Amino acid sequence: MAFWKLFARNRGAVIGLVILVLITVMAATAGLFFPQDPFSLAGQPMSPPGENGFLLGSDSLGRDVAAGIAHGAKTSLLIGLLATLVAVFVGIVMGALAGYYGGFIDNLLMRLTEMFQTIPSFIFAILLVAIMKPSIESIVIAIAVVSWPAVARLVRGEFLSLRNREFVQACHTLGMSDLRIMLGEILPNCLSPVIVIGSLMVATAILIESGLAFLGLGDPNIMSWGFQIGAGRTLLRSAWWVCTFPGIAILLTVLAINLVGEGMNDALNPRLRERS
Amino acid sequence: MRYVVKRLLQAIPIVLAIIILNFFLLQLAEGDAVDVLAGEAGSATPEYMAELRAKFGLDKPLPVQLAIYLKNVMVLDLGYSFRHEMPVSELIFDRLFATVLLMTSTILLAVGFGVLLGLVAAMGLNTWRDTAISIFALITYATPLFWVGLMLIVVFSLNLGWFPTSGMENFAMFYEGWDRVKDIAHHLVLPTITLSLFYLALYTRLMRASMLEQAGQDYVTTARAKGVTENRIMFVHVLRNALLPVVTMAGVQVGALIGGSVIVESVFAWPGLGMLAFEALFSRDLNLLLGIFFLSALLVVAVNLVVDIVYSSLDPRIEVD
Amino acid sequence: MTRLLDITDLHVALPPESQRPYAVEAMNLHLEENEILCVVGESGSGKSLTARAVMGLLPKPRVRIAQGSVLFQGEDLAQASEERLRAIRGSEISMIFQEPMTALNPVMTIGVQIDEVFRFHDRMPGKERRRRALKLLQDVQLPDPEQTLKAYPHELSGGQRQRAMIAMALALDPKILIADEPTTALDVTTQAQVLKLIKEMQASHGTGVLFITHDFGVVADIADRVCVMQNGLVVETGTTDQVLRRPSHPYTKALIGAVPDLVPRPARARSSETVLRVRHLEKTYRSGGGLFGGKERVVHAANDVTIDLARGETLGIVGESGSGKSTVARCIVRLNDAEAGEILLGDTDLRPLGRAAMRPHRARIQMVFQDPFASLNPRTRIGKIIAQGPMMYGASAEAARARTLELLDIVGLDARAYDRFPHEFSGGQRQRIGIARALALEPEILVADEPVSALDVSIQAQILKLLDEIRDRMNLSMIFITHDLRVAAQVCDRIAVMQRGQVIEVGPTAELFANPTASYTRELLSAVPGKDWFSEPAISSETP
Repeated sequence: MAFWKLFARNRGAVIGLVILVLITVMAATAGLFFPQDPFSLAGQPMSPPGENGFLLGSDSLGRDVAAGIAHGAKTSLLIGLLATLVAVFVGIVMGALAGYYGGFIDNLLMRLTEMFQTIPSFIFAILLVAIMKPSIESIVIAIAVVSWPAVARLVRGEFLSLRNREFVQACHTLGMSDLRIMLGEILPNCLSPVIVIGSLMVATAILIESGLAFLGLGDPNIMSWGFQIGAGRTLLRSAWWVCTFPGIAILLTVLAINLVGEGMNDALNPRLRERS
Repeated sequence: MRYVVKRLLQAIPIVLAIIILNFFLLQLAEGDAVDVLAGEAGSATPEYMAELRAKFGLDKPLPVQLAIYLKNVMVLDLGYSFRHEMPVSELIFDRLFATVLLMTSTILLAVGFGVLLGLVAAMGLNTWRDTAISIFALITYATPLFWVGLMLIVVFSLNLGWFPTSGMENFAMFYEGWDRVKDIAHHLVLPTITLSLFYLALYTRLMRASMLEQAGQDYVTTARAKGVTENRIMFVHVLRNALLPVVTMAGVQVGALIGGSVIVESVFAWPGLGMLAFEALFSRDLNLLLGIFFLSALLVVAVNLVVDIVYSSLDPRIEVD
Repeated sequence: MTRLLDITDLHVALPPESQRPYAVEAMNLHLEENEILCVVGESGSGKSLTARAVMGLLPKPRVRIAQGSVLFQGEDLAQASEERLRAIRGSEISMIFQEPMTALNPVMTIGVQIDEVFRFHDRMPGKERRRRALKLLQDVQLPDPEQTLKAYPHELSGGQRQRAMIAMALALDPKILIADEPTTALDVTTQAQVLKLIKEMQASHGTGVLFITHDFGVVADIADRVCVMQNGLVVETGTTDQVLRRPSHPYTKALIGAVPDLVPRPARARSSETVLRVRHLEKTYRSGGGLFGGKERVVHAANDVTIDLARGETLGIVGESGSGKSTVARCIVRLNDAEAGEILLGDTDLRPLGRAAMRPHRARIQMVFQDPFASLNPRTRIGKIIAQGPMMYGASAEAARARTLELLDIVGLDARAYDRFPHEFSGGQRQRIGIARALALEPEILVADEPVSALDVSIQAQILKLLDEIRDRMNLSMIFITHDLRVAAQVCDRIAVMQRGQVIEVGPTAELFANPTASYTRELLSAVPGKDWFSEPAISSETP
């Protein structure tokens, strides 16, 4: 409960949480309010917002922009969460092993993350999706592949400093097994920063996903915000609404997640908060 | 100087690793160059294809193929683009200048303004200036690049008509000399702003946090105890230390910046590597895409080297490590 | 005639959520020219904030002067403008700090940082400033002043950095020098040199020095007058002689009584049975180097170390930082792997044992750690911290619980501690928990690595007493690592002195103190602060 008190102290975080809940509700009820396939023709093409029964207008093929946004929310949240979960899991395993054992594994990991810092990650993600053919799975994999090194570096750093803490050494003198020290003693003490970086990574993952979809690398069977904007860019002159509203949806979602992430940071790392 | 040589040597294994990664990505893809060629030609007999495979060394075991690939990359032979009917390396070098231009202007704008805004925010902690800058950074940090680009086009090109919507220069005018430079600069404005906004937000936040952290350090108290003025404390003592993480981050972000240029170049039809990648993506020209990937990684290595040298001149402790 | 510094009814207010309203309350204090006044107190006594209040360096607005005056030559600094304070700071009043590494700007040379003092107070040509900076560095006895001017802080040793700080502080010949624990981060021999330097500089310039410290030994060596603080209040002020010999306040008495005596306590009979024999232990650390050049640095942390531990005795390993004393301890409990030599526990050589082979022997040697805040997992309850050892070796949950409660009682903690988390306890209490954890496996040997050096002196005495009690009660043999010869004198039967990885002298404590053979041991002994004051039988103290 102390967590909520600290979290609620950050007004931005509370606003972010409210927005995020609204978007989640929108994603969950998309099928209820817009039962039709968002790819299907729903009425007069190129209708401006508020006309012909379109809340946010329609595009050149008569697709409902509002329906696309509601269904796209599902895609964004789903891919963002899945990719982050995979990346966090891989990152924790790699970072924990490298930080705890040091030596060869650590060296290998550091070279690997150095390489990942050097290669342009978005181009790498494009390549991966292009090679694997666009689908939800390939997008999730591509985003996770370019995201895990950040978690691994963080976890490695935490393990590196915690493994030399005296309470961990005390466990060694008791003869505790490595696995139990890693999972039972060290990991719980570095979860807060991982939760924070994880929440921020969901936001980044959503941005990458929208970028891929914008370039035409989205799953062709699933509506997404990036796809909507990509499809509407040729209509910039004649139908500004097709691009504008999905963009605002992305902006709000990413902003909300970032705000929540910062609130969690404040609540979980009280030392940092006191500094400023 | 020894430091520069050392950093150059350290870059070699990374470049090697990227080449190997490239090779395996090529292997992962369905079909090989001969399949593509055959597809281009319409029909080809299996005998002819086998002959071609032998010619390209594609019938050899994987390690041998890798060795051949490594050797080719060393002399910058990145293969042949059948779509463009040109060697990949030639295609890429044609486009390199545009991307380097866009990147340079973006880094300058993002780091310069980011440092400035972060500084202003940290100096007026919790004033309206700080709040305004922080909100600006928060929002730009959450905005997708391509959408910013499109919105800027709607406002500044389509409605106001201040800037061109696309391209790098107006070929129809046949500008030369300074006029051409001015024309290119005019085209450069919107893409640069679009690409730099996200990083501007990043550096602003980093600089603000870094300034605040450094302002709480012991050496600041020492400087105050010496009677040094607040201005000198801020602009000489704190600023130099606070810049260090920003410079590091600028190096780290170069890779991401090139990734972002794919999107921005495709939005503004800026004829650089990113635009080429976008075209390659549409024509399924994997060989070209891999070539771009490799060269952009090289570019990052080069920029990182420059950043490291800048860093070592800012931080005297670096030679020791 | 006005006093140099006259503090009257000073109140320093803390932010509302703090434990007490004032960090410093109703303080009256004065400092004369050419005297050294020591402000002594334990952590949280408000002594450091007093120093900052004088300098106008409080972290405003959260911490501020709420009431009272700070008169410097008749001028009230509590009311002075920021502009005026800046003019005074560095020229009239200057300050040196505890941690010379963080107190110097890492990216500016020593020369530039000294030069700033001149530039912001006096108009003089660059050549003159440089000449004076060189002179200063000579005065504080830094080797090669020319080179030092161009050096960055990380290129100097800790003692050299503190000398550079002193040079900077004395650049404009200030009337007052405020020294905030300036030797706490230094080794004992370096501390002695720096204290001597401060005293010399003070005497030759006639400076008034406000010296903040927690160490009564340092007080005895340097102070003309003493002011004792407790929880923000001045409890006693007087000349050094008065306060140290005839303390009037019970708190002062308790503090002075807690300073361990440098005269070793009477020797005990030594058992003929040897429980642990360390033979020719070798351990090196390598850093730098690697694949792409860089010079590899090799530190010989343990070089042919041979020591014996008899049953029931306490063997002290004494040395300065970097002497390898902790490395030896960690090799013995197998936290570090020694490269060569033998660690014979009974007849078993522990050194080459792998993890599995080592496990049955783990329980026989246990360790007590230095930092009570880092040695307990912040997310684990005290009961589990202590009980998990026995349970790993097969004790039932009930048996482990019973044993834990018994141990809590032995180390003097309430049974209610069982379900609490570490952050609910003070440093001394945490150290008790750490001791209980080490005892849970009923070891034969306890290795204590600086177990009291992170604690306030009054708590130190309690923990040392506890260690003594349990050693006798459980027939433990103990290896006691410390940098503090006073502590060693009080708990160790025998002492091994280490320097640069080598044991240079071993002997019974009393003998080693009376007739040190190695010159380094003599140097260590003569560097102990306040040795002339506290070497006679402890001052009688009524407080328990």
